[in-house]
Amino acid sequence: MAERIFIFKRFERFWHWSQAVLIISMMITGFEIHGVYKLLGFGQAVSWHTSAAWALLTIWAFAIVWQFTTGEWKQYLPTVKKVDVMIKYYAWDIFSGAPHPFHKSLEHKHNPLQRLAYLAFLAFMSPIVWISGLLYLFYAQWRELGLDRFLSLEDVASFHVVGAFFVLWFLIAHVYLAISGPKEHLRAMITGWEEV
Amino acid sequence: MLKKARIALLALAAGAALTAVAATAPSVAATATAAKPAPASQSPATVPAAPVAVPAAAAPNPVPLLAERSPEYKKPGSTADHGKFKELQKTFKTGPDVTKACLACHTEAGHQVQHTKHWTWAVVNPQNKQNLGKKNVINNYCTSPISNEKDCMACHAGYGWTDGQFDFSKEENVDCLICHDSTGTYRKLPGDAGHPVYERREFPPGSGKFVEAADLTKIAQNVGRPSRRNCGSCHFYGAGGDGTKHGDLDSSLNKPGKYLDVHMDAEGLNFNCSTCHATKGHQVAGSRYQMDAALKGGVHTRGKADESPASCQSCHGNKPHKSKLSLLNDHTEKLACQTCHIPEFARDAIGTEMSWDWSTATKTMAPDGKPILVKDSAGRRSYDSKKGNFVWDSYVIPRYTWFNGKMDYKTLGDKIDPSKVVAINTPGGTAGDPDSRIWPMKVHTGKQAYDPVNKTLIVTHTAGEDETSLWHNFDWKKAIGTGMKAANLPWSGEYGFVSTEMWWPITHMVAPKQDALSCEQCHSDNGRLKGITGVYLPGRDHHRILDLIGGTISLLALLGALIHGGLRCCFIGRKGK
Repeated sequence: MAERIFIFKRFERFWHWSQAVLIISMMITGFEIHGVYKLLGFGQAVSWHTSAAWALLTIWAFAIVWQFTTGEWKQYLPTVKKVDVMIKYYAWDIFSGAPHPFHKSLEHKHNPLQRLAYLAFLAFMSPIVWISGLLYLFYAQWRELGLDRFLSLEDVASFHVVGAFFVLWFLIAHVYLAISGPKEHLRAMITGWEEV
Repeated sequence: MLKKARIALLALAAGAALTAVAATAPSVAATATAAKPAPASQSPATVPAAPVAVPAAAAPNPVPLLAERSPEYKKPGSTADHGKFKELQKTFKTGPDVTKACLACHTEAGHQVQHTKHWTWAVVNPQNKQNLGKKNVINNYCTSPISNEKDCMACHAGYGWTDGQFDFSKEENVDCLICHDSTGTYRKLPGDAGHPVYERREFPPGSGKFVEAADLTKIAQNVGRPSRRNCGSCHFYGAGGDGTKHGDLDSSLNKPGKYLDVHMDAEGLNFNCSTCHATKGHQVAGSRYQMDAALKGGVHTRGKADESPASCQSCHGNKPHKSKLSLLNDHTEKLACQTCHIPEFARDAIGTEMSWDWSTATKTMAPDGKPILVKDSAGRRSYDSKKGNFVWDSYVIPRYTWFNGKMDYKTLGDKIDPSKVVAINTPGGTAGDPDSRIWPMKVHTGKQAYDPVNKTLIVTHTAGEDETSLWHNFDWKKAIGTGMKAANLPWSGEYGFVSTEMWWPITHMVAPKQDALSCEQCHSDNGRLKGITGVYLPGRDHHRILDLIGGTISLLALLGALIHGGLRCCFIGRKGK
């Protein structure tokens, strides 16, 4: 029958949820800075956004070390195998109540769609956000660094907004798919244990 | 509380590894460079009363009351008591008599003053060689001192400038007392060409108020360093009344509270004008005619830099905000300090004049043919038959513009385009220029006389009791004829009125830090910097197409999730039945 495996280690769960809190707070403050609505006030929003950015960068530094020392980075290696099965499931089978086609194991914590999505998040969206964000933050040093000849604040800010939209879309899809999937998946991200 | 929460946020990161986080967490060490105020010995706790001169022909305007010398007044810790000087133990008949006595000891003072704008009323703009200074520019208020010297020179640091023939080389005509009187009894009235009151007389005429003759001996024996009242006797009353001209200078600065001026706060730092406008050999630092809008490079601290020691940065440095986390210091690349720290000017009931329309002067008179004066609800001049219509305001939100410190002036005889609003002066500067900053300005508007044939502004002989003065005879043509002749300018014989404006950089009345502009007052759609172009302002500026595409896809994603979820509920629910 069902076997219980300890799939998400303590650090992994800490990383996931602290990242969730920080990214959501950065989305809220970020779009306020962009002038979409008023919530904390511009100054507070900038201050929180900046603090959250430093906190997230710190956590990321540890996460990267963790991924490589534990070999967990391999979880994000992309595969096209069975992507079609996943797509078919979400597009069709899910409506008939068919079981989720993916079975977690310690070697494969993420389904093929997740692998692709998380790789996109790590290798594509994050660099857009971090590079533009850090340039934005150190705008006053551009002249010293000779960057003012190549960059305009408007372009950097727009680039940052593009990254923010990618993260927002990711967040919408991620949250929806997490709550629409089997409850065990969600529980695993809280307790670490999952029945397979 | 918020700070605590932010620390908690950082502690979250500490979940990964406590020690390493502590090392990478941003330090909040203070980097204040603000200088402490000068020791109290320099500025006595009680403000010494000082002379109050009424500068221009402000006959019906409120005249500042004579300041009484406070009983607790103590002399600054000087090594000399002028009351014991032999040279001053005599009766002085005139101002120049006193000056001769001063110069007997202060041998260099006379020619030092003669090299200042306080004496010459002239300055050459080093950038474009324009002849500027009060003598050469036309302003948007009383327009020009030419042909009106007897009145205007109540604010000249000299005696006897009655017309174009004034001898600028005579040292005894330098007025030491207007700046150095500490008794508050030395007054210069319009009509006397800079001489003090020698005989008791009614002023304003017909008011029933009398100005006593100045006791020159007593005044000479009590000279001291210039106080706020000395400077203010002219600079607070420019253009004929309290607060009229500048907007950031008026008599409330004689004894301001902290709200009005954090530096001059009489109960606090109690700065004098000269605390910032430091002098060297009578040269006063910080002229509007030669200003730096941006200070770059090293910190322009007193004693280290030779230029512009009157700037904010002279004491506060280029990175004045304490917190390293704060991005406020980055703003110094684009903004003048004044832009945030002077949220409004004329922050008092005195207010400042915002508009002067000369075109209605002489139009409305009393039935007996005499001039009338109408005041606004706050008691400020609103209409004067001699001068036209005025608009006043208090707590004024400045206009903001890029400014590099260089003003381009319309000087006497310059061509104008009467189809447009004539800018008496135009601030230079652009967004990309490293010397430009966004500055707060008072923009004073109005209408003044011009020559529609020659297309020049006009010098009008306004003040005086003679045949042609406007304020005596109410005849524009006669007054213009005399004025233009005195200015040595051609006049077609025609006159009309043209709309004008004049820009004044705002730099005084610095508010306490809690009253500085908040971020969202600029970083928002309809903020203070709405009209400023050439800079991307977060919170105000957006890439519209990007926002539209991004927002649409976000909504579609949400909608897709909702539909997907809805369909699931629908199908699985049906299956359950």
